[in-house]
Amino acid sequence: MRTTIPIFLATLALVSPATAADKLTVYTYESFTAEWGPGPIVEKAFEAECGCDVEFVSVADGVALLNRVRLEGASGRADVVLGLDTNLTREAADTGLFAPHGLSPTDLTVPGGWTDTTFLPFDYGYFAVVYDSEALKTPPASLKDLVEGDPEDKIVIQDPRTSTPGLGLVLWMKSVYGDKAGEAWGKLKDRVLTVTPGWSEAYGLFTKGEAPMVLSYTTSPAYHVIAEKTDRYKAAAFSEGHYMQIEVAGMTKKGAENPLSAKFLAFMIGPSFQNAIPETNWMFPAAKTSKPLNPAFDELVKPAKSLLFSPDEVAANRKAWVEEWTAAMSR
Amino acid sequence: MTRAGLLALGFIAILIGGAFAGLAVEAARDWSGAAGAFDVGMLRVARFTLLQATLSTVLSIAPAIFVARALSRHSSFPGRGMLLRLFAVPLGLPAIVAALGLLALYGRAGFVADLASAAGAGRWPGIYGLGGVLLAHVFFNLPLATRLLLAALETVPPDQWRLASQLGMRSGAVFRLIEWPTLRAAIPGVAALVFMLCVTSFTLVLTLGGGPAATTLEVAIYQSLRFDFEPARAVALTAVQIALTVAAVFALSRLGADMTGDANLPVAGRRPRAGNRGETFLNGVMIALAAAFVLAPMAAIVASGLQADLGRLATEPAVLKAAAQSLLFALIAALLSVLLSLSLAAMRQKLETARRGGRRSIVETLSGTGASLVLVVPPIVIGAGWFVLLRNTGGVFAVAPAMVVAVNAVMAMPFATRAIRPAHDAAATRNDRLCAQLGISGVARARLIDWPELRRPLATGFAFAMALSLGDLGVIALFGSDSVQTLPYLLYSRMGSYRTQDAAGLALLLGLLCLLLMWLAERLGRETP
Repeated sequence: MRTTIPIFLATLALVSPATAADKLTVYTYESFTAEWGPGPIVEKAFEAECGCDVEFVSVADGVALLNRVRLEGASGRADVVLGLDTNLTREAADTGLFAPHGLSPTDLTVPGGWTDTTFLPFDYGYFAVVYDSEALKTPPASLKDLVEGDPEDKIVIQDPRTSTPGLGLVLWMKSVYGDKAGEAWGKLKDRVLTVTPGWSEAYGLFTKGEAPMVLSYTTSPAYHVIAEKTDRYKAAAFSEGHYMQIEVAGMTKKGAENPLSAKFLAFMIGPSFQNAIPETNWMFPAAKTSKPLNPAFDELVKPAKSLLFSPDEVAANRKAWVEEWTAAMSR
Repeated sequence: MTRAGLLALGFIAILIGGAFAGLAVEAARDWSGAAGAFDVGMLRVARFTLLQATLSTVLSIAPAIFVARALSRHSSFPGRGMLLRLFAVPLGLPAIVAALGLLALYGRAGFVADLASAAGAGRWPGIYGLGGVLLAHVFFNLPLATRLLLAALETVPPDQWRLASQLGMRSGAVFRLIEWPTLRAAIPGVAALVFMLCVTSFTLVLTLGGGPAATTLEVAIYQSLRFDFEPARAVALTAVQIALTVAAVFALSRLGADMTGDANLPVAGRRPRAGNRGETFLNGVMIALAAAFVLAPMAAIVASGLQADLGRLATEPAVLKAAAQSLLFALIAALLSVLLSLSLAAMRQKLETARRGGRRSIVETLSGTGASLVLVVPPIVIGAGWFVLLRNTGGVFAVAPAMVVAVNAVMAMPFATRAIRPAHDAAATRNDRLCAQLGISGVARARLIDWPELRRPLATGFAFAMALSLGDLGVIALFGSDSVQTLPYLLYSRMGSYRTQDAAGLALLLGLLCLLLMWLAERLGRETP
């Protein structure tokens, strides 16, 4: 449970200064600190370990997080910023506000290894087309199938201009189709029922039965199995491989002066943090957990190949690729 | 009163001006984005924005005229009060909730689709595209316009009805001589309000629009403050959005007419007026159709809400806390909103009377339609602008609730104004001279003269403002929501973590809360016999 304090008390709390030494401020996104998210578990575990006070400050999502950090500049209060993804890390690093994490973790489980010296991964997932097995008997077996399949079997996707999964699909199409991505979007367009501003709206339409397919994550079926005891919703395995999303955290230059920051990052890739990830954030842990994952996770699609553009490639091309999408889809 | 009006204008100016100043500070580093905003893509987006907003406005207002007239002619039939209360509920519903309700009827898996396949008509394609966008906008705005136009009709002095019946006027003549002039004075304002709401539509346009061909300027503004954080572009696009709206509102104002108020005190009481049987039948059909159109999606929302574990939801501490906070914010915002509206309405009326038909001053225009232009300044712009201004003060966290309240109050003002102004102006025309003669002013006048006449429209304006304030959250994206956990926030948050049923249950609770507020507002505003 999130502590529930009235606004005026919260205001007072802000005025009373806490000494930097025994307090860690972590900026993150809202679903991380939601009562069912990893935030409360992580907070409790780290506070017990460090004997300090962890304060989470949450904004709407990963993109808002970057914008907030960027706007606050050096005057920001964040010691650690948790919840960017690799599509944003290049721009985050360019702000010059982040310090190297200084760790050399050996047991990260992120596919493709990890070399970034500023940001550390805390979880990852794969984008996937999730389908309703009661409405769709033969799901697409590849991105090509999806693009060229029956336009009557619709899919709901998200808008890459406003949403992270939406951008994920643009990158996925780009990594498979390359220069032909525009054409492929032109074909897929007929199959797209609608494009929603965010993941929630798309998934809502999907579970209401408006479309038999939605762009989501390979881990989505695990939620339905574990929390709702149904295996009706499944992810389709695509032969070309699945595009990845890796979520990361980094410490700010201000945070580098607080010894708790490095401690937190080390804690983040340890088992007490990682154990919480699968069934609260519904992503794969980025490092070893102390106990095996719920068997529902073993049943999930294991991508034949992990697709991922480097942060630099995304930063350099995102705008052009999204414009290509807009043009192809507006025709 | 003029002083209060200027204060109100000042408050609005600071809220909006501050936001622009903040973004300008940030944009000053690189203005290239502003020029980059004016490309072919923007023209396409602007064209679609205008097209859908114009069509939505026409499709909402035209039927609303007849529904409002029918409702005004039949001032008491079973369920009328409930219907009017329910007509205010869409205002308080988050866009996605309404979209899901509409889709339960008209979507690919909806009621109409079942009918179509049962009738062998093949697969119903759903309503995605311009049609869906218009349908959703009419769902939101037809009931709103109906209530506002009805409120205008209710300002017609009872004497005129009595005279009409003494003269044996037929309903055609009543419409031409009494109702239409009143409606004509009100329509430009109501249409402008609907137009502004549709211009800024975001979630509905994207979700039901079917693809990026259906993109409004609001989406482009949001986009410019997301992945590529380009304040200059956001400012430029917002300016375009305001310019388009000003042009449209100006065009609308040419359609209207100024009403000369009736300076006599009413002597007749309110009483029902019904026409002949044929007309009663037609009116009944109009009302029934409008009711079905608005209530059916709401029934779908209720049906899906009932599947949620309502008992658990209604006792969850997080839900209770969110509900309490929503109510508190909405209450403060609505109070502020009504005060702002009343001050502006009073100042505008004073200025109008003082100029005796001469040219309208800027202050008068600003306190009239001008102030409602705040509706087309996207919340994300206000939020981002103020965030920039406040980022170095350390008070960013504490400010979030105040931001929400201030923005909600100002955004709800155009609604409250529509409810309050016609009644205020009519009352002022009737009473000003008499009060001056008798030397009644200040508190005595407010208590004895204004309050009895204005309590009903004030309560209506208050209820509208409150319902509206229960909804929006766009302003706090950057501020962080740790201290702002309202019901719609909770709803989105549950929806964003697979808890669709919880979200549906919360939507039902939110709707009930709106209804309760409407009922309370009516009790407050009930005329003392």
